[in-house]
Amino acid sequence: MTGLAFLIPIALGMGLFGLAAFFWAMRSGQFDDMDGAAHRILIDEEDE
Amino acid sequence: MNVPVALASGQPAQFRDTRFTVPSIRCAGCIAKIERELPKLDGVEHARVNFSAKRVAIHHSTSLDDVDLTKALREIGFEAQPVSENPLARDDADTRMILRAVAVAGFGMMNIMLLSISVWSGANGATRDLFHWLSAIIAIPVIAYAGRPFFASALMALRYGRTNMDVPISIGVLLATALSLYETATSGAHAYFESAVMLLFFLLCGRALDATMRTRTRAGIGALLGRMGKSASVFQPDGSCQRVSAEELQPGMLVLVAAGEALAADGVVEHGEGAVDNAMLTGETTPQTVGSGSEVHAGAINLLGPLHVRLTAVGGDTALAEIARLMDEAGQSRSLYVRIADRASRLYAPVVHSLAALAFIGWMLAGAGWHQSLVIAIAVLIITCPCAMGLAVPAAQVVASGALIKRGLLVKDGSALERLAEVDVALFDKTGTLTLGAPRPDISTLDDTTRSVALGLAQASRHPLSQGLADALIEEGVKAAIVDEIEEQSGQGLTGQWEGAAVSIGQPQTAQDGMASELTVGDRHWTLRFKDPVRGDARQTINRLESLGIASRILSGDVSQSVERVASDLGVPAQAGATPHEKLALLEGLKADGHKPLMVGDGINDGPALAAAHASIAPSTASDASQQAADAVFIGEKLAPVAFAVTIARQTMRIVRQNFTFAIGYNILAIPLALFGMVTPLIAAIAMSVSSLVVVGNSLRLARSGKDET
Repeated sequence: MTGLAFLIPIALGMGLFGLAAFFWAMRSGQFDDMDGAAHRILIDEEDE
Repeated sequence: MNVPVALASGQPAQFRDTRFTVPSIRCAGCIAKIERELPKLDGVEHARVNFSAKRVAIHHSTSLDDVDLTKALREIGFEAQPVSENPLARDDADTRMILRAVAVAGFGMMNIMLLSISVWSGANGATRDLFHWLSAIIAIPVIAYAGRPFFASALMALRYGRTNMDVPISIGVLLATALSLYETATSGAHAYFESAVMLLFFLLCGRALDATMRTRTRAGIGALLGRMGKSASVFQPDGSCQRVSAEELQPGMLVLVAAGEALAADGVVEHGEGAVDNAMLTGETTPQTVGSGSEVHAGAINLLGPLHVRLTAVGGDTALAEIARLMDEAGQSRSLYVRIADRASRLYAPVVHSLAALAFIGWMLAGAGWHQSLVIAIAVLIITCPCAMGLAVPAAQVVASGALIKRGLLVKDGSALERLAEVDVALFDKTGTLTLGAPRPDISTLDDTTRSVALGLAQASRHPLSQGLADALIEEGVKAAIVDEIEEQSGQGLTGQWEGAAVSIGQPQTAQDGMASELTVGDRHWTLRFKDPVRGDARQTINRLESLGIASRILSGDVSQSVERVASDLGVPAQAGATPHEKLALLEGLKADGHKPLMVGDGINDGPALAAAHASIAPSTASDASQQAADAVFIGEKLAPVAFAVTIARQTMRIVRQNFTFAIGYNILAIPLALFGMVTPLIAAIAMSVSSLVVVGNSLRLARSGKDET
C-alpha cells in the first residue's frame, strides 16, 4: 500500500504537467494559425 | 524573416500594430511574399500572416497610417482592408475559455476515473475513503472551473424565467457533487464525482466543436460601411477645396470626386463626364456612364476623370445606409429561429425533472427514508442528463461543415445548417451569382507570345477588365512575359515596353458594343471583347435543386433584357429590375405563404433579401455586407456547392435526429434501473461513455456520405 503514496502524486503530477503544457501552448498562440503552420513548412528560406 | 529597418531619422521610433484582413491569401507563397516584402517598406518593423483567419498583423511606426499600408499591400498584389478593433475578439475569448475548460475537465476526469476504478474493483474501508477524498479534492475545483459556462447560462435562463439545456445539466452536476461529498464524509459506498466530471467533459466537447465551427468560417468577413467614402473634398466659397469628413457633409455642398475615389454621399453630377463603378450598390459590373445631371450614390467608385457632384443626401439618408438599415431589420426575424437542441430540451427538461421528483416522492412514500430517496432521485437526474444529447447536434454539424469546406462552401454556424435543410424554394440573383460577375474576354484570336505579353501587362492593374483578362490567361496556363516600364493612366489604360516594342492595353479606338479593350503589341492591334459568362454548372445545379424539391427562380436588379436571356437559357422564371425593397417584399410574401426561401445573391442590393431569407448563400466575390448577411459563402467559379449545401444539410438533420432518438432511447432503457435504485456510479459511467461514442461514430458517417455523393 505504501506504493500508493508515490504513485498517486506521480499520476497527478503528470496530469498537471500536461495541463500546464496545454495552457502554455494556448497562451503563446500555438493554436492561432493551424492552417498557416501547415503551409509555412513549404516556404523556402532565402538568404537575404 | 524579419528584416531590421533603419528609420529615416534619429527620432524615437513609435510602433503600433494594425491588423488587415486579406481574403486573397491562399498559399505558402502568399505568406512568404507578404512577410518578406512588407518589411522592406520604411517604417514597417515586421508583418505576420495568420493564414487561418486570412489576416495580416503589421507592426509599424506611427509615421505610416492605414492608407499607406493598404497601398503597400496592394502593390505586392493583395487587396486588404484594415480591421477595426477586432470585433471577433469576444468570440475568440469564448472559444479559448471553452478549450481551457475542456482541458481541465479532461484532466479531472482521467484522474478521478483512475481512483474510481480502484474503488469499483473492490477497494474498501480506509482505502475507499481515501480515494473518495482524493476524488473530491480533484473534482471540486475542476467542477467549479469547467462548469462555469453551464452555470452562467443556466442562471441567465432562470433569471428570465425560462429553462434551457443547461438548467438540468447544472442541477444534475451540482446535486451529484453535493451528494458525493456527503457520501464521502459519511464513509458511504458510492461517490458520483466521476459521473459529474465526465458529464461536463463530454458536454464541453460538444460546445468546443460548435465554437470551432463558428470561428473557422468567419475569416475575412468585414464591416458594411467600410467601402463608403470616409471623407470628401468640398469646394469652399473662395474656390479652394477642403477635406471634410463624411459625418460633417451637408446636402447642397459641391464636392470634387477624383478618379479612383469612392463617393461619401449621394448626389447629382454638375460638371464632368466619366464612368462610375456601382458594383457595390447594384451588383452590376459594367461601369455606368455619367454626365451632367446623372445621379450618383455613396459607395460608387469614380473610374475616370474628376467629377463635380452636388450632394443631395448624406450620412444616414444615403441609398447605402438605407440598405444597411433594411438588412438590420430583416435580420431580426432570423434571431427568433429556435435551434433543434433548444427545441428538444424544452420538451426534455420538464420530463426529466418531474421524473426525478416523482422518484423522490415515490420512494419517500414507500418508506425508504430521505437519504435513499434522494440518492435515487439524483441517480435519475444523472442518468437522464445524457452527454449524448449535448453531442448529438454539434458532432454532426461539425463533420458536415468539414465535408462542405472541402467542397468549397463555408457555413457560418450550426443554425445555418439547420435552416438550409428546411428550404423549399430558391431565389437567385443574376449578376455575380448565376454569372461569374467578372468580365471575361474572348482570347481565342491571340497567339502564344501575345498571350504572355498580355498577361505580363494585365496583371499589373487592378482594373476589372485587366483582371478578367489576366484570370482568363492564367486559366489557360499562360506564363507572363516580362514587361518593363509599366504605367497606368486612370481611364486610359496600361502602357509598357516588351523587348523594345511599345505594348499597351486600352480603350478601343472604334466604338464597340458592350465592354471591349484594345491590345497593342508593336504595330499590331487586337480587339478583346468582354462578357460576363453564366457559371458553367448553373443549369445542373438548378436541376439538382429541382430533384430535391426546390423550385428556382431569378430575382435580379438588372435590366429585363439580359435577365430574360439568362432565364430562358436556364429554363427558370425571372423577375427583373427589382429594387432592394421589392426583393425584400417578395421574400416576405413567400414567407407569409409558408415557404422557406433560400436566397443566393452577391450585391449589396441583395443584402436585405439575404438577411430576410430563411437561409442564404453568397459567393465569395460578393460584397462584404452580403457575405456578412449570408449564412454560407461558396468559393470558386462553380455553383454546385449551393445544391450540395442543401443535400448535406438535409443529411445532417437526418443524422441529428438519429442521434437524438438514440440518446433518448438509451436513457429510456436506463431510467427504470435508476428508478428502482439500481444505478451505481459504474453503470452511469458506462452508459454515458457508450452513448457518447455511438453518437460521435454515427456523426462521422457524414464525412463519408459527403464523398460518395458525387
